[in-house]
Amino acid sequence: MGGLEKKKYERGSATNYITRNKARKKLQLSLADFRRLCILKGIYPHEPKHKKKVNKGSTAARTFYLLKDIKFLLHEPIVNKFREYKVFVRKLRKAYGKSEWNTVERLKDNKPGYKLDHIIKERYPTFIDALRDLDDALSMCFLFSTFPRTGKCHVQTIQLCRRLTVEFLNYVIASRSLRKVFLSIKGIYYQAEVLGQPITWIAPYAFAHDHPTDVDYRVMATFTEFYTTLLGFVNFRLYQSLNLHYPPKIEGQAEAQLKPEEGEAYAMDSESYMEKLSALSSSLARVVASSQEDEVQVDEFPVDGESAEQEEVRKTEQEALETQKKLFEGLRFFLNREVPREPLAFIIRCFGGEVSWDKSVCIGATYDVTDLTITHQIVDRPSLAKQVIGRYYLQPQWVFDSVNAKMCLPVADYFPGMLLPPHLSPFVSEKDGDYIPPEKLKLLALQRGENPGEESEEEEEEDGNDDDEEDDEGSEGEDSEKEDEGKLRKLEEQRSQGKKLPVKVSAGTVRLEDKQRIAQEEKNEEKRLAIMMMKKREKYLYQKIMFGKKRKVREATKLTEKRKAHDAAMKSEKKKTKKARRA
Amino acid sequence: MGFRGRPWGVLCCDAFSFFPFTSESDDLTDSEESVFSGLEDSGSDSSRDGQESDVEEKLKGSLLSKKAQVSQGRPREEEYEEDSSDEEDIRNTVGNIPMEWYQDYPHVGYDLDGKKIFKPIRTKDELDKFLDKMESPDYWRTVQDKQTGTDVRLTDEQVELVHRLQKGQFGDLRLNPYEPAVDFFSSEVMIHPVTNRPADKRSFIPSLIEKEKVRACPGADLTELGPLGQGDSRARAGAGQSWQDGNPSWEPKLAWEQQEAAERKLNFLPQQYRCLRAVPAYARFIHERFERCLDLYLCPRQRKMRVNVDPEDLIPNLPKPRDLQPFPTTQALVYRGHTGLVRCLSVSPSGQWLVSGSDDGTVRFWEVSSARCMKTIPVEGVVKSVAWNPNPTICLVAVAVEQSVLLVNPGLGDKLLAGATDQLLDSYVQPEEERQQPVTWAVATGVEHSCGVRLMIQHGKPVKQVTWHAKGDYLASVLLDNSNTQVLIHQASKRWSQSPFRRSKGQVQSVLFHPLRPFFFVATQRYVRVYNLLKQELSKKLLTNCKWVSSMAIHPAGDNLICGSYDSKLAWFDMDLSVKPYRVLRHHKKALRAVAFHRHYPLFASASDDGSVIVCHGTVYNDLLQNPLIVPVKVLKGHVPTRDLGVLDVLFHPSQPWLFSSGADATIRLFT
Repeated sequence: MGGLEKKKYERGSATNYITRNKARKKLQLSLADFRRLCILKGIYPHEPKHKKKVNKGSTAARTFYLLKDIKFLLHEPIVNKFREYKVFVRKLRKAYGKSEWNTVERLKDNKPGYKLDHIIKERYPTFIDALRDLDDALSMCFLFSTFPRTGKCHVQTIQLCRRLTVEFLNYVIASRSLRKVFLSIKGIYYQAEVLGQPITWIAPYAFAHDHPTDVDYRVMATFTEFYTTLLGFVNFRLYQSLNLHYPPKIEGQAEAQLKPEEGEAYAMDSESYMEKLSALSSSLARVVASSQEDEVQVDEFPVDGESAEQEEVRKTEQEALETQKKLFEGLRFFLNREVPREPLAFIIRCFGGEVSWDKSVCIGATYDVTDLTITHQIVDRPSLAKQVIGRYYLQPQWVFDSVNAKMCLPVADYFPGMLLPPHLSPFVSEKDGDYIPPEKLKLLALQRGENPGEESEEEEEEDGNDDDEEDDEGSEGEDSEKEDEGKLRKLEEQRSQGKKLPVKVSAGTVRLEDKQRIAQEEKNEEKRLAIMMMKKREKYLYQKIMFGKKRKVREATKLTEKRKAHDAAMKSEKKKTKKARRA
Repeated sequence: MGFRGRPWGVLCCDAFSFFPFTSESDDLTDSEESVFSGLEDSGSDSSRDGQESDVEEKLKGSLLSKKAQVSQGRPREEEYEEDSSDEEDIRNTVGNIPMEWYQDYPHVGYDLDGKKIFKPIRTKDELDKFLDKMESPDYWRTVQDKQTGTDVRLTDEQVELVHRLQKGQFGDLRLNPYEPAVDFFSSEVMIHPVTNRPADKRSFIPSLIEKEKVRACPGADLTELGPLGQGDSRARAGAGQSWQDGNPSWEPKLAWEQQEAAERKLNFLPQQYRCLRAVPAYARFIHERFERCLDLYLCPRQRKMRVNVDPEDLIPNLPKPRDLQPFPTTQALVYRGHTGLVRCLSVSPSGQWLVSGSDDGTVRFWEVSSARCMKTIPVEGVVKSVAWNPNPTICLVAVAVEQSVLLVNPGLGDKLLAGATDQLLDSYVQPEEERQQPVTWAVATGVEHSCGVRLMIQHGKPVKQVTWHAKGDYLASVLLDNSNTQVLIHQASKRWSQSPFRRSKGQVQSVLFHPLRPFFFVATQRYVRVYNLLKQELSKKLLTNCKWVSSMAIHPAGDNLICGSYDSKLAWFDMDLSVKPYRVLRHHKKALRAVAFHRHYPLFASASDDGSVIVCHGTVYNDLLQNPLIVPVKVLKGHVPTRDLGVLDVLFHPSQPWLFSSGADATIRLFT
């Protein structure tokens, strides 16, 4: 035995981590600056595997950063800017204190600022990386763009957010990359597929915010600072990829035309341009005018290891996607004033539809209510006094449901004042054994080209017309139920027979041995015996997994039962109301 | 007692303690003896005080002595005027000091001018005193004030007070000790609190138990979504929920609100709205974005490895039981006849006969193939163990009943064999010199002999177990005892017994002879000791890792041992490998009662209180490199657990893959 004495906590995981305070001291930053730096550089604390070892034997609650991360921060130029800013503030305070207004002016002119461009480049080496991380950025920008221009944060930030989001929406419209939309309690979820990456964001409903007091807006502002820079770069790149002008230009209209035709000026030129853009009603100008012939038909090569079936599936998917992109092509929508304009205009435009609204609602209306070519009018009021023949009056949910179903749904369920069908989330994909609501099944059938819904509706209508028939149907149902019961009883009897031990000798009955069942039982017993032989740890894991599976099944059955009960209740209620009406 | 009224008790004693106590006697250092004629002395007074309850004694430890002092003290007229003991000093200038310090001086202290204050001149001699006593009518009520040295005549009130105190009554006449009690801590709730203590912290925290109760209510089972409910989107931006979801009739709101924010499945409440116009803003939108920001930069992250295993892969790939046949699979016969629980079983080496001992005080012999009871031997007491002699040329069964081991010749089967056995037993010649033995051997006569009992080995203690050596001459018995003689080895042919151990190593549960070599296994509560009988030494000590070993069995090849324990474990020892179990099987739900090996087939079985017998396949390979293969092949159920006891003994047929089991339901069952 020889060598130096090994000291504790001088090797291994203890040396890989650093506590927050130590890191802060090493960087010579205040806590607020340190946090800001972490946000901008994307550095987050790590939970060590053995906290006690890292914490040098103590079990106190501490946050740990990777030492590597902190060393990486040491070379960050922004750290210097932070320090400069600190000095600037100090000097400014001093100058104010001494009432040296010239110095104050001079200092204010030379206020140190920093740029985040290099950080964006560093954090997202490729464009795809940036796209993958766009979810939070978009959600945050959409939130900030709805903030009032008072108090909470700088007006410039809000305006910047608004501009960037509008640009992004315009890109999505131009590239027709929207895939899913969902009206949820929290807001409207959108999913677009940009360069093969699904990008999901949420936009709040257009209401004034009730600003909470327990939220630190400075933290959010720091994040937004970073996100706006990121989104600016991304937008630029996306516009480039489509040969669009950046900053965006509205197609086919000269500057002069943009001005409202009414005599007085609507707003400043730049502002009105921005509003036109954000109306989302007109398409963008391209650098090089594109035409259908320009698009080169891409030769398709089968991917290695892909079977013919898979290829087939891929092809059909591709076709479905193409048709979805042209979902509303040729349709002309008109949005009533009570309908949320922006989301609907965005969605309709994303799928090739034309959209307009009342002139007084927003700038950028292209046609009037009275236009006879309007095919769909989106209405969100119980009834309409004056209806024009030749167009569908529909509730807004139809647009959302149609997009999710990738087809124009039958309009009958969505007439004004109707009880709407459930709005199903497109983000849920049921696996085997999960509970699938019947509405979803119906929808799937519709997508497959079958038409089960109408039949049932017809039946119902018949019900309504003829009470005798209805009664018949009811009795029929009962009959069928009875039959079912009989079958069940028979089955039960069979089963119990199989189980019974032949206690007394009685002539004549041949006991049929269900070979399949016996084989199954044998197999089950084998499994049971094998489980007995499992090691303790594995057994624990196995039982845990099985418990989870069983719970899933249980939940699914519970939901089905609930649905059944609900349906039964609804049916009985319907009958009652019908009878009441008749009486 | 007078001091029952608690607050007053304390008050009184304090008041009385103010009085200085004085003694009438000349000798001031004298003990405080009562000077009052006709009054009880202080001793009796204190003894009466001693009758007070213990609590009061503890509370007022000093009370007794004070009261004793009071009995001699001279009460002052206005006792309650003086509130503190400092004011006593008014009467002399020396303060509250022992007055015997001035005993030898003519004065007591000094006045303000520094002059001595003289004691009153006491020139009375014994004669004067006697005259005083005879003549003065106030003599009995005159006491000397120790502090001033003057004689004081007690007033009538003071005398009355002393009388009352001596009787153990209150000094104050006006005090009523039996005032109606005020029930402070009654069940009635008053408008004003009894105490001014602030409320507990716990009275502000909602009760978890109550919450659980509310949640268990039928109306509150509402954590589920409505039937139209959709789960969250898999998107990173958050979850989506249909605004059409849910049905107001289910009212999941209550349950959702009662849940902790952390344990909610969804962080929002699914709700239904009639149309898009009615959908409100989400109040927590900014909150959620902010929380997301906090998560991004404040939350410590750790890479977690998710176990993504197919549960089917976890199941070990064992050979199929079908390929490991033969083993007992079905119940073939039930041997009925016993009325008590059947504790023990043994089968003849030929496999034709079965013997069973029961709590009903009988030993029954059965024909294996027909389930017929061939013979019943009544014995006095519970049969704890039976063992058939493994030597096929001897027809002898050892039966452990109470304090004796009976050697029974059942006389079944081959008459010649039975005759030969009897001859063998009769040919015993008494040795010339009697040797000291721990037991007595007796030859059965009369009725017992006609029943088949040949020899009786009478132990001093109840016998727990009996087992034969493979050769059939020696047998070992285990006694219910803690001494070193709890294991005895007997030699049947020489009628000779000995105690192999010098010292006890714990309570012996069972013993076993090695089938081939001269080894002897002794299972105590937690260990199995292996003794070499030739060298007479301990050769191995197996650690079972069990709490309480119940039974053991040895593989016919002699290298492997299984141990059953009351903590429902079965330990398989490979004795060449280690002294620790090679495998511990926890197949049973309840305590194991018996384990058994088959003599030819690679099978072993364990019987448990849960009423099942589990048959396992246990192949032992000849080459030492390969570990034994243990596969459970069958769970045999048939016995009905009665009084928390299931199967008590289990045994394999010597040649067939059959299994006998005896249970607490008074039956023996054969599985083939």
